[in-house]
Amino acid sequence: MDFHSDTNAKKEIITTRVKSGGQSAFESLVFVGKRPWDCRERVRFTKKTLAMLLFLVVFPALSLADESAGSTKQRVWFDTGKTSFALLTIAICATVIICTELARRGKPFYVRPIAGLLAMEEAVGRATEMGKPILFVPGIEDIKEIDTVAGLMVLSSVAKMAAEYDTPLEVPTSRALVMTAAREAVQAAALAAGRPDYYNEDRIHYITDEQFGYVASVCGWMYREKPAACFFLGKFFAESLFLAEAGNAVGAIQIAGTAETTQLPFFVAACDYTLLGEELFAASAYLSGEPAQMGMLKGQDFGKLAAIVLLLFGCSLATWDSISPRGKSEEGQNLPRRSQWITDTVLKGG
Amino acid sequence: MSKTVPILIASIVGFIMIVANFSPPLLPVRQIAEDWFTIVATIAMMLGGANLCLHHLKKISDREAGWGFSTVTLLSFFITIAVGLLKVGAVPESEQQLKFAWSGPFQQEGSGFWWIYQYLFSPIVSTMFALLAFYVASAAFRAFRAKNVEAILLLLTALIVLVGQTRDREITSLFLPPPVEGALPYFPIADLTEFIRKTFVTAGQRAIMIGIALGVVATSLRILLGLDRSYLGGDE
Repeated sequence: MDFHSDTNAKKEIITTRVKSGGQSAFESLVFVGKRPWDCRERVRFTKKTLAMLLFLVVFPALSLADESAGSTKQRVWFDTGKTSFALLTIAICATVIICTELARRGKPFYVRPIAGLLAMEEAVGRATEMGKPILFVPGIEDIKEIDTVAGLMVLSSVAKMAAEYDTPLEVPTSRALVMTAAREAVQAAALAAGRPDYYNEDRIHYITDEQFGYVASVCGWMYREKPAACFFLGKFFAESLFLAEAGNAVGAIQIAGTAETTQLPFFVAACDYTLLGEELFAASAYLSGEPAQMGMLKGQDFGKLAAIVLLLFGCSLATWDSISPRGKSEEGQNLPRRSQWITDTVLKGG
Repeated sequence: MSKTVPILIASIVGFIMIVANFSPPLLPVRQIAEDWFTIVATIAMMLGGANLCLHHLKKISDREAGWGFSTVTLLSFFITIAVGLLKVGAVPESEQQLKFAWSGPFQQEGSGFWWIYQYLFSPIVSTMFALLAFYVASAAFRAFRAKNVEAILLLLTALIVLVGQTRDREITSLFLPPPVEGALPYFPIADLTEFIRKTFVTAGQRAIMIGIALGVVATSLRILLGLDRSYLGGDE
């Protein structure tokens, strides 16, 4: 087999997919008929797969739920105590989906520039110029944590840049499942960059589940190899400062991001750029540049607006309560505060 | 196919998990999904162990920088596995167990595995954790350099919080006399520390947490709807 023609063929497939908007099978299921590029075979295939999964997952789930509900006197399929929380969830999800659809239809949205994400290419470029490797740490938690998934999504973009520049990328992981996912992400990124030979699975390896054992190994590697750029994106605990300080000691440009509020100050103090909380989750969408994903970021902003309105409303009610209390009922009991409803339903999740 | 099926599984299970939060009868399904994850993670752990051995063996054979550490890692790995599996030093705990070989628990107090954990692993971890104090000092030294107005404010706030945390009443009361004879002195700095922590820090943290919650919702939707599959290797 001619290796080059094989590579070109793969590149062609990728280009075609990118041009078509890179739609997923699930989208084709949801929006059947709207997309001219969705071939019928694919839709038929996904329908078949969905039917199979319905049979294997959903029906057993419902029957199991039915069994457990049957053991009680009355079947309660919806926890009415969580109504307000459910409505809030639906409202936020709907806003995000509507914004995605609007972005897909061509409505332009402004997303503010994030310094940490803009610096990623600079960091990769710096490593290339210096001829030194790049370190990417996707946190120390398993793939079931959303922070880890967000980290892996960014890994994909970083790996693509690194593959284009042919700069070695080291990804030590503290969970075996994360290692497998990281390998998939890097391999796909190398392929997307048109450099399938760039992928070297030895560079993405498992160290240990143990927090400080992992830190010792990664810091040791940093002191020996002196990477020019370090990315710490995922879930971190006490090891955050060890890693960031080691990176600082070797003079690497460092970009960190986590949703752990207790670790953010350490990253801010020791790293060049820090993605604060939500910026980590926005990173992948921002770097992809796809309109649909950018629309999701806008949906998030509307969620923030709703949070601000709720906060102002709650603060006003609380102030009103403290200025003029509601007094007592006919039975002589203190009437609940006006802001009680928000505390009980919205803040406590119903 | 290799990407479509995992995405469909993730989507369906993900939506079931969301619905289960509001529908009590679906809670057992949630538990089952968590059990499945544990099973998959356990299988993956074997994969991780194999990868660890291969990675370090390669480092040793290539004489890469730090290959000596790899030798120590592999030796420790195999010795710990052997001691744990063979239950070195573990004795049966009841008369019924006497009939069966290796019936004592491997983590039993006094066993070889327990000894390794208690006298090797635990002190090493404590040592590593203790190093954190020096790293905090080094990071604080750089962060608190008064180079602009923000840095000066940060430095002052840090000093107040630092002094406010001390237990020395004379320092935290700024050497002021107690309001009434026999009463405890004022704690202006300690009170200020509490005020900073409860007001500014909590407000800032909550703002970040609201953003994180919304980010989690958007990221989860991207994954569940299959919009972003880079974590699975994209479309390839």
